[in-house]
Amino acid sequence: MAGPRPKKRRHLISKRVAPYLFLAPFTLLFLAFLIAPMVYAFNLAIYRTTVVAGTKFVGADNFIRALGDPKFWQGVIVLLKFAIIQIPGMVAVALLIALILDSGTVYLKSFFRVSLFLPYAVPAVIATLIWGYLYGPAFGPFTQLANALHLPAPDFLAASTVLPSIANIANWEYTGYQMIIYYAALQAIPADLEEAAAMDGANGFIYALKVKLPLIAPMVVVTVIFSIIGSLQLFSEPYLLHNIAPAQISNSYTPNYYAYSLAFSNQQYNYSAAVSFVLGAVTAVISYVFMLIVNRGSRA
Amino acid sequence: MTIVGKSKRSPSFRRNRWMLSAILFVIWLYTILPLFYVVVSASKSNNDLFTTFGLWFSSDFHLLQNIHDVFSYQDGIFSRWLLNTIGYATAAGVGAALFSTMAGYALAKYQFFGKRLVFAIILGAVMIPQTALVVPLFLLMSKVGMVNTPWAVILPSLVFPPGVFLMRVYADDAIPNELIDAGRVDGAGEFHIFSALTLRLLMPGFATVLILAFVATWNNYFLPLVVLSSAEYFPVTVGLAQWYATATVGSGGGAALFTLVLAGALLSIVPVIIAFIVMQRFWQGGLGAGGVKA
Repeated sequence: MAGPRPKKRRHLISKRVAPYLFLAPFTLLFLAFLIAPMVYAFNLAIYRTTVVAGTKFVGADNFIRALGDPKFWQGVIVLLKFAIIQIPGMVAVALLIALILDSGTVYLKSFFRVSLFLPYAVPAVIATLIWGYLYGPAFGPFTQLANALHLPAPDFLAASTVLPSIANIANWEYTGYQMIIYYAALQAIPADLEEAAAMDGANGFIYALKVKLPLIAPMVVVTVIFSIIGSLQLFSEPYLLHNIAPAQISNSYTPNYYAYSLAFSNQQYNYSAAVSFVLGAVTAVISYVFMLIVNRGSRA
Repeated sequence: MTIVGKSKRSPSFRRNRWMLSAILFVIWLYTILPLFYVVVSASKSNNDLFTTFGLWFSSDFHLLQNIHDVFSYQDGIFSRWLLNTIGYATAAGVGAALFSTMAGYALAKYQFFGKRLVFAIILGAVMIPQTALVVPLFLLMSKVGMVNTPWAVILPSLVFPPGVFLMRVYADDAIPNELIDAGRVDGAGEFHIFSALTLRLLMPGFATVLILAFVATWNNYFLPLVVLSSAEYFPVTVGLAQWYATATVGSGGGAALFTLVLAGALLSIVPVIIAFIVMQRFWQGGLGAGGVKA
């Protein structure tokens, strides 16, 4: 073929096959390390292993047991309380910081933006260790301050305060991260909106409240859903604080902690798998219900 | 951007500026307090840790001694933990970024059978709590003899569905279809088009996924705690937590570990904090776009 166009070379990988090859590495890992454990957890959960009877099929028994297990539900309730204590404060503060930074009406803007984000670089475990020291009754600085002032020492690890104390650690870890997300969304709002608002006589505060906030509200909803999912997975913080507050934080304090204890302290692998599976389902239902509520609210 | 309806010079602008800066300063104090505490406490002797005020330095500056002790305790296993963490996070970060980029590119730039289904499944997977799968994952991996190896930490960390989502959006925007068509007209193969023409344009997105997956693996605790049993494979998080648990037991030499844990905590967060300050340009641009996953 002699023509003006260069001759098309034949390639081993055609246009039709290429997308599947590009997707292959991710898909294989996805199947092996996300789907397979899910299927396996389900499979484990429909059996029961005992020393006497060996492994036998029990159908939905483990799921029914998990759904009726007060330890499991206590864990879920602790985490719902945790989410209610933690998420609104975090979102409010993160929004406040983002709006202030975005308004530009502030000194040392870059310094604040970077340093308020730094806790994101601190692993949850390390953050919990540090706060554990700060909370500590033996040599924590708050106890030292109270003693020096002859005040009763605050007890951050009492039955009534331990959950807010954990929430505080989570706030410290994630507020800066949420702030960066909101800040980026605010920066993407076109500047001509601001000019239009100024023409209408709106001041900065009203502009932030009436124009900027509604524009980034969908983004905020998404981050709240992920925060709820994250809350229900809480493990590292209570697991570590168990060392210094064993009476307040039991080994079934959160569902993940419960599943971990069932598997590694009691060797109840089948039931542990059922608890993990039910937790996944409960998480999905709660996120879905939250989305429904928000959607209904925004339509009303 | 300036605040609406006010010139920068006006007294009310300056008053607002002071007030808003003061609010941020209070939040900054709260944010910096634990970090300051680590620096202060890591530079005390174990005795001073218990006897001097926690939020200020003692007269005896003990930081270098503590760092030396951290690296020599238990035959210097701490340096091993640090290297493990760096290795796991780098492998997971680079791998997750590469596979997410390839998958995102395919979803954005090709039409193929099953595309919508694949994308829907990946979107759904963003909602799956991966930590709920840790215990089943351990049980599954113990069947194939993979537990207590570095692979048990690295391979599951390569699965990062939000990265695929982010790269699909990014590739959609960043790569003009004409570029790919031009490559085909010139007779380039599909893989050559990806690696030589478009990968360069995808780099900012790639860097964002790399940072997100790197930090997620660096910070991970539950997965390595469950799948690893030999201390030689531990990342810093699992190793330090174990020292901490020993320290809180208190009896024997336990209490002497308190300063080591603090010095170890300082050593393990300083590199990441420096990396974050140096790489500001990357995360500030990308995190917002990809910040759907907390």
